[in-house]
Amino acid sequence: MDLLHLFKYDFFQHAVLAALLMSITCGIIGTYIVSRRMVFISGGITHASFGGVGLGYYLGFPPLAGAAIVAVLAALTTENLTRRKVLRNDSIIAILWSLGMAIGIIFVYLSPGYAPNLMSYLFGSIITVTSTDLWLMLALSITVTVIFTLLYRPILYVAFDEQFARIRGIPVMFINYLLIVLVALTIVLSIRTAGIILVLSVLTIPQNINNLFTKRFSHIMIGSVVLGFIGSLLGLILSYYLDIPSGACIIFTLVVLYLVAQLIKVVNFGR
Amino acid sequence: MKTPLIEIKNMDVVYQKELVLSNVSLSVFEHDFIGIIGPNGGGKTSLIKAILGLLKPVRGSIRHSLNKSEIGYLPQGNQVDESFPITVKEVIASGLEHGFRINLGTTRSRQHKVHKALETVGLETLASRPIGELSGGEFQRTLLARAIISSPSLLVLDEPDTHVDNQFETELYALLKELNKSITILLVSHDIGIISPYIKSIACVNRNLYYHASNEISVEQLKVYNCPIEIIAHGPVPHRVIKEHIHE
Repeated sequence: MDLLHLFKYDFFQHAVLAALLMSITCGIIGTYIVSRRMVFISGGITHASFGGVGLGYYLGFPPLAGAAIVAVLAALTTENLTRRKVLRNDSIIAILWSLGMAIGIIFVYLSPGYAPNLMSYLFGSIITVTSTDLWLMLALSITVTVIFTLLYRPILYVAFDEQFARIRGIPVMFINYLLIVLVALTIVLSIRTAGIILVLSVLTIPQNINNLFTKRFSHIMIGSVVLGFIGSLLGLILSYYLDIPSGACIIFTLVVLYLVAQLIKVVNFGR
Repeated sequence: MKTPLIEIKNMDVVYQKELVLSNVSLSVFEHDFIGIIGPNGGGKTSLIKAILGLLKPVRGSIRHSLNKSEIGYLPQGNQVDESFPITVKEVIASGLEHGFRINLGTTRSRQHKVHKALETVGLETLASRPIGELSGGEFQRTLLARAIISSPSLLVLDEPDTHVDNQFETELYALLKELNKSITILLVSHDIGIISPYIKSIACVNRNLYYHASNEISVEQLKVYNCPIEIIAHGPVPHRVIKEHIHE
């Protein structure tokens, strides 16, 4: 089998590029999500965004744009209602989670004809990313990288101890809202490649592999970018040769990597 | 007459729709070392949060004649997620952050300050350790270093002696006494017996606040102050061991 000749295909080059850009945003944002225990919130935002996909189909605008708008709205609503203690945080998330899915299903059903790419939104399709997708992903990767470089300390301090950060005069609200919007956008742009059902794993598995070996925020961040890319590249190649869906294959590869890492840790460090 | 660092006048504070502090007045002067005592849920932490500007009074006033950045703060240990991926050094350095600044890299003076704070609390060898791998005492030391690294003029400590061993407790209070030569200290504690040799005055907080300008207090006074707390026989300070009693 000739691995290199795979890289000559346009679709494969695009897929590799998408995997790289997704690994950059998800590696960085995922570290924030995992450290701050925001995995459930992220799950809520992800599923709520399906409402936007449905609206897109029904009203005839790009489903991804709909997903982006709904995801950002869901993120801001969750953040706001939680702060004002209107409802319990996990209940808000559960409601938005299922409401988004319900709206999505209703509008996809009401849309005339057949929704051709529906499955690709649910399970991702890294093989069919367009150059527009790639440009958007590039822009987000640059934005996230720049923000985390320039504001690394305030972000870390707010995430670690919000109350102390507030006393030190750090603009806690601004950082929280900025980051929740970045979380929402990262999720939406990763839906193209990993899918609504699977995107959470790209945001959590590389981080947890790294967390086995290091307890430093910055190291987990950089390590997750690298591991995320290795995992998705391996998954991509595997999916090509075994002819199985790429999204599922990438997640499966990441889980196998996690188990291998766990094994290495037990053997080398004992437990 | 000196102006107080903090002047609270007839303050009411509401927390989660409940009146937790009522008609509270307190003046904090330079070089004070006030022990804030009172029963759990009596409003000790709310008082501190009002002083730090985290809770706004619904009535009365609170005036600061110092900048917020001049206050060092040590929260109750359980408010912080101990599995968060951050090292001792990073936590301590966060005490230097102030306002909204874009900063890349570490300056020499920043490193120097972190090193000095590590030395003060005796954590030099653990600088790069993640906080999840610290003992209770080491973690409290880390939080103390974070509170004092900015050379504050007022230090506010919320039960720094929970989850720590006796040896560290003694060291901690000796260190605070030393710091008190230049820094004003507000110390919340549930145990008046342990802190009384170190503090200069007492504030009993149980919805109301009674200021007692001495570090000794008797059972009768505590009763008058409506401040039912436990006094444990401890150290050379004259005080009485409180009998079992019910707060009416």
